[in-house]
Amino acid sequence: MTRPKAVPGGFGRRALIATAAGASLAGTPGRSRADTPAVKLGYIRSTARRPTISLLDKQAPDDGLAGAKLAIADNNTTGQFMNQRFELSDAPVRTDDEVPASLETLVGQGIALILTDLPAAPLLKLADDGKKKGLTFFNVAAPDDALRQQDCRNNVIHVAPSRSMLADAVAQYLVWKKWSRWVLAYGSHPDDALLADAYRRSAKRFGARIVKELEYKDTGGARQTDSGVAQTQKQMPVFTQGLPEYDVLVAADENQVFAGYLPYRTWDARPVAGSAGLRPVTWDPNSESWGGTQLQDRFIRMAHRTMSPLDMQAWVACRMVGEAASRSRSTDPAVIMQDMRKPGFGVAAYKGQTLTLRDWDWQLRQPILLADGRAVVSISPQAGFLHQVTALDTLGIDRPETQCKLK
Amino acid sequence: MQAEMKQFAIRCLALAGLLAAAGWCLPAWAYTAYVTNERDNTMSVIDLDQMKTVKTVPVGQRPRGIIMTKDGSEILICASDDDTIQILDAKTLQVIGVLPSGPDPETFALHTSGNPLYVSNENDNMITVIDVPARKVLAQIPTGVEPEGMAVSPDGETIVNTSETTNMAHFLDFKTRKMVANVLVDPRPRIARFKHDGSEVWVSSELGGTVSVIDAAKHSVTHKIHFDVQGLRAESIQPVGIAFTKDDKTAFVALGPANRVAVLDAQTYKLRKYLLVGQRVWHMAFTPDQKYLLTTNGLSNDVSVIDVASLEVVKSIQVGRLPWGVVVSPK
Repeated sequence: MTRPKAVPGGFGRRALIATAAGASLAGTPGRSRADTPAVKLGYIRSTARRPTISLLDKQAPDDGLAGAKLAIADNNTTGQFMNQRFELSDAPVRTDDEVPASLETLVGQGIALILTDLPAAPLLKLADDGKKKGLTFFNVAAPDDALRQQDCRNNVIHVAPSRSMLADAVAQYLVWKKWSRWVLAYGSHPDDALLADAYRRSAKRFGARIVKELEYKDTGGARQTDSGVAQTQKQMPVFTQGLPEYDVLVAADENQVFAGYLPYRTWDARPVAGSAGLRPVTWDPNSESWGGTQLQDRFIRMAHRTMSPLDMQAWVACRMVGEAASRSRSTDPAVIMQDMRKPGFGVAAYKGQTLTLRDWDWQLRQPILLADGRAVVSISPQAGFLHQVTALDTLGIDRPETQCKLK
Repeated sequence: MQAEMKQFAIRCLALAGLLAAAGWCLPAWAYTAYVTNERDNTMSVIDLDQMKTVKTVPVGQRPRGIIMTKDGSEILICASDDDTIQILDAKTLQVIGVLPSGPDPETFALHTSGNPLYVSNENDNMITVIDVPARKVLAQIPTGVEPEGMAVSPDGETIVNTSETTNMAHFLDFKTRKMVANVLVDPRPRIARFKHDGSEVWVSSELGGTVSVIDAAKHSVTHKIHFDVQGLRAESIQPVGIAFTKDDKTAFVALGPANRVAVLDAQTYKLRKYLLVGQRVWHMAFTPDQKYLLTTNGLSNDVSVIDVASLEVVKSIQVGRLPWGVVVSPK
């Protein structure tokens, strides 16, 4: 589910294809009339790209944006019965330096509800800059727990799950399988350290034991090389040689440096989970339960590709706005946000239950799919992990442990 | 219980023997139920006299919605993954034709006069209106996102369609084929049912966990029914199927993964009882005499038989995998 973080100065292929900042994308042209009151959304998204181990994992140029566009179209279908119209302004940015200017462009168009596909630091700055202007941001990408803890903000709604939610989703399944002895292999990037922390916390929380930790150093270089496969076949067994007895290898590699090489190559025959093998995601192109097939079909028809977790997160964010607009019968951003923050608010997203907001950090509660790339293996929370309020709060930072003071 | 039933059966047989000996014709009170098995691409045929599956018929891919024509001569099945509606001869159980349903048909409703048929096309935000005898499309009407439930008012003047992502009950005028009202309900509305007197439409919201009672004349939600099953988390209570007794006094609501059918006083909306049935109960059908109510239990691959008078579950009948819809022959 995690996506590569912005690389300073990185120029993505997407930037070449992306529409100019602020280009307006009406959902279903012809269906809504120009004099219908409009709900305007913006989408500030990083176009920076990192290499991936598998060509299949290459991020689409419109990853996330396509999900938002579909939700806008869905909102507009509903809007024709409500006399409401939804518009989306795309604001792609190549570097973090471009973020303030793109915000200004969106604000200039009268937009107060903004999706962000940005790393934690520029998102925090946006949130603080936007506070005075009454802007609300929907974090659809950054998994940082800090954004939900000490750095939480009242005007940031977290649609993307946090690292601790993703780690807990994996941990519950592994414990249910009785694969409770883990080897934790993590990368050398700061994000990987944070993800490794999340897995350590999950292990403790759900009664698994990390019997050994391994660090895989990113020494740079190209990911895809001709005949590189021969070298990898030798490297990975050695990397995982001489480990104590264990059940499963848990990989924390957000930057796709090594985890993808682990399955089938470990010294001992062990399954891999986390950043490769059994992965925690908000969506998978295989998910077909609870009407999911309909969403997959609609998405493929529109975008001519399959729907990614980031697409799903952007879809949910726009649907939350649509849902709050129809429930409150208003197109005023302030009224919409007031409705969304009410305890009864929920949005359906093909997960078998409504997704609701945690009022202590504005994180969206959601089941997490565990997928192997071909099928949905399981969905967490797992049966048997109990909670006095909702089983969904067994994933991530719960109310009693929160350090967030919303302001 | 089983011994009692057996005894009862023996006594019945004895009685039947006596009647036959006396030269009486046996009344044809045995009904046949037809169940679509979504996973198996089959239809189970249940003899309600024997209370067991007597035949399994191969049908199209991913069979879901199932109804019978008014005269009971034909069975219509939504073969969702074949993008068609199959017509089966109720006597021979052979597929004798198809209807141009549009893509991915899931549920449908026949007009009270017996024709036309209203089909929800989940993928296209459309209602397809089909002339059944002529087997042709009369109209396609845009509706909300992911249309699902379909109901025709007893007077035939109004068609109600629910949309799962728009979260509305759309009221369509029979004559003009125009939407006359769109009523917002709780998330993921599945089934709409008119009371027999036409006064109210009940709409189940699978994810909202509620049933909205809509005044059919005013097009407004007048009451919301909530369910609370002791020992179950709120999110596992997911209402889908709704059925009213002919006198409109009692309502049954299938609660999905709660594995229960709620029995309600349909006048006061008060809960009378929860009946434990099979797993993930979705759709229901009465026998024409309303003695029994049958439920399809998707995850336990069976049909529960509810005795309507005593409000007891009297039997569970094994069918195919993932039973979805059920219909009972009128004779």
